[in-house]
Amino acid sequence: MSNGNMNLTLKVWRQSNSTAAGKMENYQLGGVSPDMSFLEMIDMLNEQIIRKGEDAIAFDHDCREGICGMCSMFINGEAHGPNRGVTTCQLHMRSFKDGDTIYIEPWRAEGFPVVKDLMVDRAAFDRIIQSGGFVSVNTSGRTMDANAIPIPKDDADKAFDAATCIGCGACVATCPNSSAMLFVSAKVSQFALLPQGHPERKERVLNMVKQMDEEGFGNCSNIGACEVQCPKNISIENIARMNREYLSASVKPEN
Amino acid sequence: MKLDGKIPEGPLDQKWTKYKNSVRLVNPSNKRNIEVIVVGTGLAGSSAAASLAEMGYKVKAFCFQDSPRRAHSIAAQGGINAAKNYMNDGDSTYRLFYDTIKGGDYRAREANVHRLAEVSASIIDQCVAQGVPFARDYGGLLDNRSFGGTQVSRTFYAKGQTGQQLLLGAYSALSRQIGKGSVKLYNRHEMMDLVVVDGKARGIIARNMITGEIESHSGHAVVLCTGGYGNVFFLSTNAMGSNVTAAWRAHRRGAAFANACFTQIHPTCIPVSGDHQSKLTLMSESLRNDGRIWVPLHKEDAEAIRAKKLKPTDLPEERRDYYLERRYPAFGNLVPRDVASRAAKERCDAGYGVNATGEAVYLDFASAIMRYGKTAATVQGVHNATEDQIRELGTKVVEGKYGNLFQMYEQIVAENPYKTPMMIYPAVHYTMGGLWVDYELMTTVTGCYACGEANFSDHGANRLGASALMQGLADGYFVLPYTIGNYLADEISTGAISTKTPEFVEAEKAVRERLEGLFKTTGTETVDTYHKKLGKIIWDYCGMARNKQGLEFAISEIRKIREEFYKNVKVPGGMTGVNTELEKATRVADFIELGELMCLDALERNESCGGHFREEYQTEEGEALRVDETFSYVAAWEFTGDPSAPKMNKEDLIYENIKVQQRSYK
Repeated sequence: MSNGNMNLTLKVWRQSNSTAAGKMENYQLGGVSPDMSFLEMIDMLNEQIIRKGEDAIAFDHDCREGICGMCSMFINGEAHGPNRGVTTCQLHMRSFKDGDTIYIEPWRAEGFPVVKDLMVDRAAFDRIIQSGGFVSVNTSGRTMDANAIPIPKDDADKAFDAATCIGCGACVATCPNSSAMLFVSAKVSQFALLPQGHPERKERVLNMVKQMDEEGFGNCSNIGACEVQCPKNISIENIARMNREYLSASVKPEN
Repeated sequence: MKLDGKIPEGPLDQKWTKYKNSVRLVNPSNKRNIEVIVVGTGLAGSSAAASLAEMGYKVKAFCFQDSPRRAHSIAAQGGINAAKNYMNDGDSTYRLFYDTIKGGDYRAREANVHRLAEVSASIIDQCVAQGVPFARDYGGLLDNRSFGGTQVSRTFYAKGQTGQQLLLGAYSALSRQIGKGSVKLYNRHEMMDLVVVDGKARGIIARNMITGEIESHSGHAVVLCTGGYGNVFFLSTNAMGSNVTAAWRAHRRGAAFANACFTQIHPTCIPVSGDHQSKLTLMSESLRNDGRIWVPLHKEDAEAIRAKKLKPTDLPEERRDYYLERRYPAFGNLVPRDVASRAAKERCDAGYGVNATGEAVYLDFASAIMRYGKTAATVQGVHNATEDQIRELGTKVVEGKYGNLFQMYEQIVAENPYKTPMMIYPAVHYTMGGLWVDYELMTTVTGCYACGEANFSDHGANRLGASALMQGLADGYFVLPYTIGNYLADEISTGAISTKTPEFVEAEKAVRERLEGLFKTTGTETVDTYHKKLGKIIWDYCGMARNKQGLEFAISEIRKIREEFYKNVKVPGGMTGVNTELEKATRVADFIELGELMCLDALERNESCGGHFREEYQTEEGEALRVDETFSYVAAWEFTGDPSAPKMNKEDLIYENIKVQQRSYK
């Protein structure tokens, strides 16, 4: 069992609700163990805050194993902190040093309004999926046998890789344009690579891009920060694929 | 309370078909006037809400997360079972049924489990049609692997993210219906109470977690798909928000709570590292396909390893004890979870544990890496490959199968599991107990249904790996959409349900008072303090091993915790706006009551079965000893008004198709 031996200065964004003005607050926290996860460190800070009778820092988190996509902190200017390929909940304090000052902010994007403190509203992502991120198949015990259509392993693997997106929004938060192209393209790619997605291929990409634009997300200008900071290493190849899908859906008139 | 399982007559393999042929239907124009509330959007909830909306019902779906896609089904790793027999290894509907009943240590209902096995194949077809990217082999067909408690490969998977892919499939189906307006989504809403009008479930009281408002929502039926209660232990593999409040509040309104003490301790989780720990992380059971579990054969070696004077990789084969392979040669490392967990505890209690706290065993991939490496070398035509080359090739294969799990492990433990064996220890993972339901998945409150982990129905006293995903989707896609019609057929002329009736007003008032009460203490202790206290008591006395004396002690301690909680808990902030501490406090309050019921249930069951291991009842070899003559029943507890004095009702389990016997995995 490790000893708590780190002292930290934490600068945390506090904002009481979506309309209030927010600001950075300073907190001192001692006794932090390098084996703690980042969120366990925030838990410890919150215990300290609550014991003083103050309002706990609100932050989104749930599974704490890097898969639900709920945690969403901008740490020292980076989405999910300094490590690559992990979410905030998987980040451990051994990535920091005793005496460090850590800046903790919410995702900042027009499409993701702040709800409180470090919590943001990501319902825009749900609405994008609702606009076309599905295969229109009703529940039925009479769909064809699962092995009726063989799918080349390479296509299936690529579709899977795209489908591992957890919808956390780090791509948007880290993009100077607040673009949601990585998120949208991951879903478009998953279905474009699988035969089951083909019948609705055109409407899907057109509808999802339209919704994405309406939600106030910016355009992609090939900066590539999204891919770097994506905790699931979703490739920007997906954006290229979505652009191809979009182009072919746009230029070919429907017969 | 009268328990009627409503099991259809007839031969086992025809019950479900016959039921479907005779169940009442609701015509499309009438469905449009019927509203169904679905609480929870995991596999069971999303699939139920989407399917009901596709059929034409008006659906209101509730989740406490910011998006339905984040429900904890997302974290399921290893796979989903289905009796497809794609591997040609002799699998069948009957074998899946048999394995599930036996795995559950003969404490599940035959008819329900057979139905589950029957619909399992349709689940895979449905998911593939939705574009779920399951793992495939080089011929483009679906791949399978093995899970515990079976001798066939019937587990479909998507690397270590099967739950994620299945949930995103169900979420996409749900999203399609939300987009069409057939489902109204209430995200960041938590159910605080069930509303019962004239004996029928007619709605829920929910708290809007953004504004803090207490809201009434009505419907012709309420479907609870709210998951399990593993977080009663504080430390579990459940998500931080997973809680029992919806189910518990339904229980307090009349729904019987069954087999509360049947909890699953999963054998392969990352061990506890310190007091700061907020949750535990599972390492998928699929790893037991290739990982071998061992501890040192000699205590001196275990001590040296604990003192970091000896590395596990330096310990020669003859000084290792592969205790599962030794004790259970037929199933080896793939024994069911309860058996594997107890075996790990037995070795660690005997002093052979391998981490600083002595509560860890090894899960070793070295031989799998070499085995796969040799095959890969042969396939790639690398002749006379060196050991290093073989290891490198084998590492790639293992990475392809379990890459994300190994990465997760390395993040948490800061050790490379490709090079040194993983350390693992059992942790709370799943709860077989839950709301009692009949064959139609209706609870003892008319019109209130429970699906997925929230009900008790299919897993008996121990769930087999990869069966939770199967059950959640079976209930939501293929069972509830039929059975609920049998009830709703009587509701076609009911009309819209008002939320202005005295029952709604009373329930709303009660919720408000309950929450306001939490601010009225002059206390100083945080909610987590009580949750941790409760969790430790339950882990110590109602965890992997239980006995009469310990359970009685736990019950008295939990009563003290309950009393202290209401006197001394400190909840900052107020009723309005986001208040995460208030959310936690309401959940912990209900966990305290549930914890007591778990201990009462465990105390009453004077036998060992599955995950319920009473030390007084074991064979000479230390295996669970059932007492079928007395305890072959479901214990369905009824709330009486006093959480300490619930009334037990029995549903006898009748086995007509399976010979009940001592479980053996030797």
